[in-house]
Amino acid sequence: MKILVCVKQVPDMESKFRVNDGGKWYDEADLALRMNEYDEYAVEQAVQLKEQVGEADVTILSIGSDRVKETMKKALAMGCDRGVHVVDDTSYAKDPFEIASIIAAFAKDHSFDMIFTGMQSQDRGSAQVGVLVAEILGMSSISTIVEFTFDNGQVTARRELEGGLKAIVKAKAPALMTCQLGLNTPRYPTLPNIMKAKKKELLSVEVATLLQVDAVQETTRMYFPEKKGGGIVLEGDVGNMVNEIINILKDKTGVLT
Amino acid sequence: MKTLLVGEYRDGKLLGSTYELVAFAEKIGADSAMFLVGRESDLPQYNGILYFADILKYSEFNPTAHKQMLLEVVAKEQPEMIVFSHSSYGWDLAPRLALALKAAQVSEVIDFVDGNLVVPTCNSKLRRDVKSKTAQTVVTLQGGAFGLSGEPSGAPTLVKIETDATAQVEFAGYEAVEKGGVDLSKAEIIVSAGRGIGKPENIEMIANLAQALGGEYGASRPVVDAEWTEHNRQVGTTGQTVSPKLYIACGISGAIQHLVGMKKSEFVVAINTDRDAPIGEIADILAVADLKELVPALTEKIKSL
Ligand SMILES: Cc1cc2nc3c(=O)[nH]c(=O)nc-3n(C[C@H](O)[C@H](O)[C@H](O)COP(=O)(O)OP(=O)(O)OC[C@H]3O[C@@H](n4cnc5c(N)ncnc54)[C@H](O)[C@@H]3O)c2cc1C
Ligand SMILES: Nc1ncnc2c1ncn2[C@@H]1O[C@H](COP(=O)(O)O)[C@@H](O)[C@H]1O
Repeated sequence: MKILVCVKQVPDMESKFRVNDGGKWYDEADLALRMNEYDEYAVEQAVQLKEQVGEADVTILSIGSDRVKETMKKALAMGCDRGVHVVDDTSYAKDPFEIASIIAAFAKDHSFDMIFTGMQSQDRGSAQVGVLVAEILGMSSISTIVEFTFDNGQVTARRELEGGLKAIVKAKAPALMTCQLGLNTPRYPTLPNIMKAKKKELLSVEVATLLQVDAVQETTRMYFPEKKGGGIVLEGDVGNMVNEIINILKDKTGVLT
Repeated sequence: MKTLLVGEYRDGKLLGSTYELVAFAEKIGADSAMFLVGRESDLPQYNGILYFADILKYSEFNPTAHKQMLLEVVAKEQPEMIVFSHSSYGWDLAPRLALALKAAQVSEVIDFVDGNLVVPTCNSKLRRDVKSKTAQTVVTLQGGAFGLSGEPSGAPTLVKIETDATAQVEFAGYEAVEKGGVDLSKAEIIVSAGRGIGKPENIEMIANLAQALGGEYGASRPVVDAEWTEHNRQVGTTGQTVSPKLYIACGISGAIQHLVGMKKSEFVVAINTDRDAPIGEIADILAVADLKELVPALTEKIKSL
């Protein structure tokens, strides 16, 4: 069984962001980078599927500059077998259609039985790439899954809807799943597995060899939202803060009276 | 401009978010037609053409058939913009339609200014202006971003549509929400724990503050996903919607899916180490502090009052 997992490296969302000189994306300097949270669930599900079926090979694919190799190594240490790094220093400027086309162009000749992606990336957040890849490849896809079982080529998944409701959806492999938070419990790479991962194959492919389409949209500007509302910001000594909060609550709310 | 609005049905009911699509079309001054797979006994109050398919025949989740019928309607209507809600239905179907139309899709739109679609980026810390390069554009709208201008009214002109496209995946029914436990929707004071609490043991700290205030404690999704507390305490799109007098968010960044569940709170206090956390945008008080220090201190003081 051949499995593909797509992972994106993104900044830690608690980082202090700045807009870059071009004014169309964030400045990457000084940002802590990590695996897109949704993709951690995708990696874990792929590895669990491999453990279940036994005979399986899990490829991890990431598009980006050289730094994404760090994230790929984490996925290899979690149990993926090989990595394909699509080298692209300007991947951040590519739209979801271009990113999906690159992934589909790679996947086309590899007859993967299952593809896992995140439901969305934390920075761009388009929630499109996974479904687009499947549509380009003409493959079944189920989005936003919070439960996954595989039995003899048959997938049964739970799609998460709003308000806690779930839809039970079945599909036959080959199929693509976009993974939602809480799908499983992503494992931490152990030291021996981190060592083993260093020896795993990490192939580099130039993006130009896979990109055959043009962008369908562009970001014209990136900026900080205007601060709305007249919220009070309290900083400094915790003791003072406690008193201030209590005074404001007494003053402005019916609580504590 | 001409828009095609894609209404939404779930679990046997027309969703109120359908009217937000109408509000969007009004806001941008566009003409509209609507597409809906629903029930004839429960049609939207809408003045315009409604391309309608029966949900009993095409089911609530059959992307292949819904896409096929949409393509037909798009060919007939030639809209410049096809508008969905950014919901489990919308983000699943929109990319399928966009690809078939070779059109750009812009997700989670919160505004439309000078021909630019405005979308949040990086967990709402930043915004992007986006321009489509294709003649037709598919958009999904963030829930609540486009309010209703008044009570919905009107009666649609029905045009029935059909398809013989067969489903690629099989929808085998719903799994109901787990019932029981606390009902946060009735709580007047809620103190919620976010990922910022760091470890499961710190739930107690949050519960203690809630108790001192005579309220209940809630949680953000990562706290529930990690099984630090039960799902019926989750606040947000995929959890509970609450409207207490006081909501204290401890170590919660303020992602839209969380805000949707608590923004009707009368007064919001946020405790966060990150002064730029998006929760600050809706909080009446943002206390920039380590919750592990502030929460116990606040609890002690309240108990002593
Ligand atoms: C379809 C969909 C549905 C979703 N539904 C929901 C939902 O119903 N409810 C929900 O909550 N989320 C939901 N989410 C997830 C949502 O997008 C966010 O990922 C989530 O709300 C983040 O939770 P958080 O704020 O606790 O964690 P984070 O975003 O990780 O934020 C943690 C915060 O804690 C702060 N912090 C860290 N340490 C401390 C400290 N010592 N003291 C004080 N502050 C500290 C940090 O500065 C940060 O702001 C959904 C997502 C999707 C895609
Ligand atoms: N640069 C990338 N490299 C590899 N996978 C990606 C990349 N960008 C997006 N993806 C995948 O597509 C999913 C959805 O991303 P998005 O459509 O940007 O929200 C992510 O969770 C990843 O699995």
